Amino acid sequence: MDLKLNHYNKDGIEVVDVEGEIDVYTAPRLRELLIDLVNKKNYQLVVNMEKVEFLDSTGLGVLVGGLKRVRAHDGSLDLVCTQERILKIFRITGLTKVFGIHETVDEAIAARKAEK
Amino acid sequence: MATVEVTFTPLPAHVRTARLVATAVARRSGVDESVLDEVRLAVGEACSRAVEAHRRHCPRQPIRVELTDHEERFEVVVTDSAPASENGAAPAAGDGGAGPSQEGRGSPRPGEHSGGGLGGITPPGTTEPADLQLPEGVGLAVIAGLADDVRISPAGAGISVRMSWKRRPHPETSLRLPGAPRIPGQRIPSFV
Repeated sequence: MDLKLNHYNKDGIEVVDVEGEIDVYTAPRLRELLIDLVNKKNYQLVVNMEKVEFLDSTGLGVLVGGLKRVRAHDGSLDLVCTQERILKIFRITGLTKVFGIHETVDEAIAARKAEK
Repeated sequence: MATVEVTFTPLPAHVRTARLVATAVARRSGVDESVLDEVRLAVGEACSRAVEAHRRHCPRQPIRVELTDHEERFEVVVTDSAPASENGAAPAAGDGGAGPSQEGRGSPRPGEHSGGGLGGITPPGTTEPADLQLPEGVGLAVIAGLADDVRISPAGAGISVRMSWKRRPHPETSLRLPGAPRIPGQRIPSFV
């Protein structure tokens, strides 16, 4: 399955819905979207990965790149993911300590608002 | 001889094809369903690494993926032709030492293979490194966390990443006729 990307603003936070496979072929599209959002001064991001079917280290690199970009503006990039097979690669690489990972978009937004 | 062998030009789009083939062959070989996601991810990581190395050094050379049923394990070997010292694998991988045998699965040891860990990615509130990429070697670290056994060794001009998982012998792979005696080591013949 190819990669489908959509994004919308909710409570001042830009939510990116990702569907499909994030790999060496498709990850550049997600990278471009995250860069574009940051360039448009969206520094509070939530990436919803509930419909992601596959994620490899190339995709992780894109997410880490996005995180670094928003942090450069004191922003944040949180993830929504409950799928064990996707969470596993975050655990193997130790990135569960780097990203805020939430069960729902609303929970991610609420957690971000609570930190402000 | 491999049960199935795939060669592909080093284009990112073909990595997905390699993943799908590896998963299908692993399933048929008797790899447990709960492990198929790990096979898929590990093969994808190995092929992605090889594609990136070939695109830099030898974009016209194909990448080879061999999938083989052994008695008790399913093995995948991804072989590239990129110079070993420059393609993201540890250079001193002569005896498989760069990809140490995994004792048990799922041990999170990021950055173990080629040093560098996760490029200094730090928890919130700490100092940030300048680069925006995960360092080379993370893919190999992921593979080590997924496969039962991982070995990396020189292969021609490049390297081979050898990964294996336990498998259940599949009834169809014995190809026995009813009543015929079982021949030890008999396997399904090669498709290629």
